[in-house]
This record gives sequence, C-alpha cells and structure tokens, in this order.
Amino acid sequence: MTLSDAEWTAVQLSLRVATVAMLCSLPPALLTAMVLARGRFWGKSVLNGIVHMPLVLPPVVTGFVLLLLFGRRGPIGAFLADNFGIVFSFRWTGAALACAVMGFPLMVRSIRLSIEAVDRKLEDAAATLGAGPAWVFVTVTLPLILPGIIAGMILSFAKAMGEFGATITFVSNIPGETQTLSVAIYAFTQVPGGDAGAMRLAIISVIISMAALMLSEIFAAVAAKRSVAA
Amino acid sequence: MSLEVEARHRIGAFTIDAAFTSDGNVTALFGRSGSGKTSLINIIAGLLRPDVGRIVLDGDVIAHSRKRIFTPIHQRRFGYVFQEARLFPHLSVRGNLVYGRWFSGAQKSSSEFGRIVEMLGIGHLLDRRPSTLSGGERQRVAVGRALLASPRLLLMDEPLAALDEARKAEILPYLARLRDETRIPIVYVSHSVAEVAQLAERVIVIENGRVQASGDAAVILSQPAAVHAMDWREAGALLEGVVESHDSAHNLTVVRAGECLVRVPQLFAPPGHSVRLHIAARDVMLATARPEGISALNVFEGTVIDLSPAEKGSIDVRLRCGGNVILARITALSREALQLAPGKSIHAIVKTVALDHAA
Repeated sequence: MTLSDAEWTAVQLSLRVATVAMLCSLPPALLTAMVLARGRFWGKSVLNGIVHMPLVLPPVVTGFVLLLLFGRRGPIGAFLADNFGIVFSFRWTGAALACAVMGFPLMVRSIRLSIEAVDRKLEDAAATLGAGPAWVFVTVTLPLILPGIIAGMILSFAKAMGEFGATITFVSNIPGETQTLSVAIYAFTQVPGGDAGAMRLAIISVIISMAALMLSEIFAAVAAKRSVAA
Repeated sequence: MSLEVEARHRIGAFTIDAAFTSDGNVTALFGRSGSGKTSLINIIAGLLRPDVGRIVLDGDVIAHSRKRIFTPIHQRRFGYVFQEARLFPHLSVRGNLVYGRWFSGAQKSSSEFGRIVEMLGIGHLLDRRPSTLSGGERQRVAVGRALLASPRLLLMDEPLAALDEARKAEILPYLARLRDETRIPIVYVSHSVAEVAQLAERVIVIENGRVQASGDAAVILSQPAAVHAMDWREAGALLEGVVESHDSAHNLTVVRAGECLVRVPQLFAPPGHSVRLHIAARDVMLATARPEGISALNVFEGTVIDLSPAEKGSIDVRLRCGGNVILARITALSREALQLAPGKSIHAIVKTVALDHAA
C-alpha cells in the first residue's frame, strides 16, 4: 500500500493539527477541570454547560460559531490578527483550533474525574509536612492525576484525528493547508474513482485511532493501580 | 515546652469550647469518640480554622483570631501522624520519608535519616510501595515521615486506632522510644486508657467539646471525670509504682505502689525502675472480710471513698488502698448485699493476670 504525495500531506497535516490541538488545549483544560472539580462559585453549572457545548452541538454549528468569532472580521479573529498577527481562518492553525475546541470537553471530563478521585487528605498531609499550596499541587495532586491527564490528552488527540464537521465549516477544504485526514477522505468520495484513495486513508485512520484507544486503556489501568490508597 | 490552646468552634449542632495549657513532653487529649478530640487537634494543626481561637507554642503566637494571626499549615512545622497513615501512594517508602525534608529548609544529615529509620525499624522497607505494607508498617513510616520534617511539635491522632491488638503492641514500644529519645513535644489523641497510661505525662480529658479535667496522668486518670470519658469496658485506675523484686521461678514481678505490694506478670525492668499499672475496674472484686483459700494473689485492704450512680446495672466504687486509688465495678445487687457506703473498710481482690502493665 503506497500513498500518493497528496495523501501523505493529508496524514502529516492531520498529525500536526491533532498534536498542536492536544498540547494547546492542555493548560486551559487542566485549569477548567481544577475549577470545576474544586471550585465553589456562582455560575459553576453555566461554565460546565459551556465547556460541554461542543459535545452536544452539531459540529457544523460549532464550526459556524468559530467562523463568526475567529474569522477575519470576527471580534476575536480581527483582534488577534491586528495585534499578534495570528490568523485562523483558512489556515491549518484554524483547523487546530476547531479540533482543540471539539476535544476540549473530553479532556476536561477525563482530568476532572481524576481530580475528584484524589484523596484530599493526602494534600492535607503534604501541607503538614511543610508543602505550600503550589508545591502540594506539583508533588502530590499532579502525580496522582497524571494518568487522567494522559488519558484526556489521548482522547483529545483521537477526537482531533477524526474531526470533520467543525473543521470543514470553519476553515474549508484546502489541500496542504486545511485538508486533514477526514476531510481528504470525504473529498475522495466525492470524485469518480476516488474509492481506492479513500480506502487507503480510511485504513490509516483506523490504525491511528486503535493505537490511541489502546494507549488510553493502558493509562487507565495504570491510573486504577496507582489510586490504591495507602 | 509550653503549649497554650484556646478554641471555640461550631460544627453544625456540635460546639467545641476548650482551653488548656500543657508543659508536658507528651500531652494526651483523652476522651470518647465524638468528644471533639480530633477537631481540637486539627485546630492545633491549622487544618481547621476555629471561629475564635489562640494557639501559642513556647511563646510563639501561631494563631490568634482576635489579632488576625493565622500561620498557614505548611509554615507551622507541626508534624501530624493521622489515624490512617496517609502515605503518598505514588512515592516509595523512602520518597515518603524524605518528602518533608524538601521543605524543612535545614539539610538533614544522612545520620539523622539513619537514626530515625533504625529507631522505627523500617530499614528493610525503604524501596517498597506503601500499598504493599502492613497497617503497622505504614503507621511506623508515617511517624518517620513526620519526624524527618523536623517538626517543632508532633501531633498524633489515634495513630493506633486502626490497628489490631497485635499491631498496637508492636508499635507502642516505638512510640515510647520516640518520647524518650527525641525532644519533640507530642500531643497525642486517644480514647485508649492503656495508650494514654503508657505514654502521656499530662492528660486533658475532653467531653462534648469541653475540657473536663487536666493535669498529671496518674492523678487525672483515676478521677471520676476521666473514668466517665473512658470506654466503659476499659475504665479503671492507674497506679504509679516501683519495681521491687522479681520472682523468676513463677514469672512474677513485685511492684511497690504506695504501701501496696502488687504481684504482676513478669516485667523486664530492673528493680528500682518506675512503672505504671492499669487496673481495670471490671477486674477488681470486693469482699468485706479477708478471703482465704483464693487463687488471686493481690488482696488489698482499704476503705471506700465514694460510689458512682448506677449505670447499666453496675456501680463503680472508688477505694483508697495504701495510698492508691483503686476502682472496682460491682453490680447494684452486690452493693446492697455488702452494704457499701463511703468510709466502710473493705478488701479489694485483683487477679494477677488481669493486670495491664504500662512500662
């Protein structure tokens, strides 16, 4: 099975988009999960609803909202382009943004569950041993939730590899720039004689998804083993 | 060391309103479960912020609600050994032990580490994971972890409560060594008379969130307030004595307590060594005449001090025997049969094997 240059480009672009989406959504996802798991404030359920929005909305709607907000003339898009030179519309960065937004609720859920499973008494114990709040987080909380973080990252990565609706709505289908794996498969199915190409890419996407899923299972097992309280 | 604690705090319908000072090396907060001991020790640790409170250690104001002083937990340097060991599951035993060292500032010499590991007998566990340890081993590691953070004060909240009798017996000697070998003052929460009798110098009796009595262990533990706070089955008296002689042929030791000579199962302490004996009230029988032909070895002459009101059909009788106060638990029927009243002279009979000795 050999891939054409165009197909290779789509695979490489997908991997890059998914990796960037996963890494960039990690810090805000960790913060959001921490706030949702530990915070007590008015409007928490509203925040929870907003975070989960991309999970329940049709992806096309998410893509459309991104277009309105982050497009060249959108309020956020125009601000970022004018002040920082960051452009999302019709760029691979826009595909990464769409994938990050779609994978965000999955990552937050996974991390939030692992934070809620942490025995807070261990954090108290660390404090009595002289660790301030930041150190408690780094030396106790973070290691204990690490399997949850990794599982969340893998879920977000897998989601990004398969993202289609929001991506094509937001950044369209530009080969080499925004044509990710899923979009390329869709494009192949739209032209006569494209079945073979679609099949090759489909097999690759199955392999990548399975690998991600198995990795996430392994980390879930590690997490279960670690959380055996002492 | 001098510790002053004053705290008022509401938790739902329960109110803690306690104040005490202690200058003892080991201070026990003693009371039944639910009496507010743990809340009080959490207030000392800083885990619980009281509505109103003041904590002063050796003249250092740690917390003072009126002056808005509240030293955060991690800056207090109060070691805390919890009821459950709370070891970090993601670290090895060694990692747990050195955890506090990162934050204590002072670089501990490796000899200090070795000395504490040796004292607690945990040298062979260093590379294990906490989840593979037995309950007693975990608790010893937890004690070591707290000590290696070089605390100014060591708080222990029923460190033996989650363990079975055999494990308790395994750890108690380590705690006694800890008291004798380190100069770190200890606040020890417990509802067990045996533990308090063995370890504490000062006892604060807590009931319903209030201090009922406080003072020297031997004095306090024989007072009605303390007896009331004891577990009903465990209630008894504490005798201070000195080892007089050993009868190795019969595996017995004679202890002089006041004017009484008490025969106890053999102790491994040299003559002249001071010991504490705990005599549970349920192990003491009373007779109006000196009994003869009886297997119990300890028969003491004494007089009745007072009688408690009947509880569950039984009565605690306090006796004065040769300078000691002994407690006997008898049925209400026996009191009537023997016509017991304060001032009556009486014989107290204690089976030798019933004596709990506390070193």
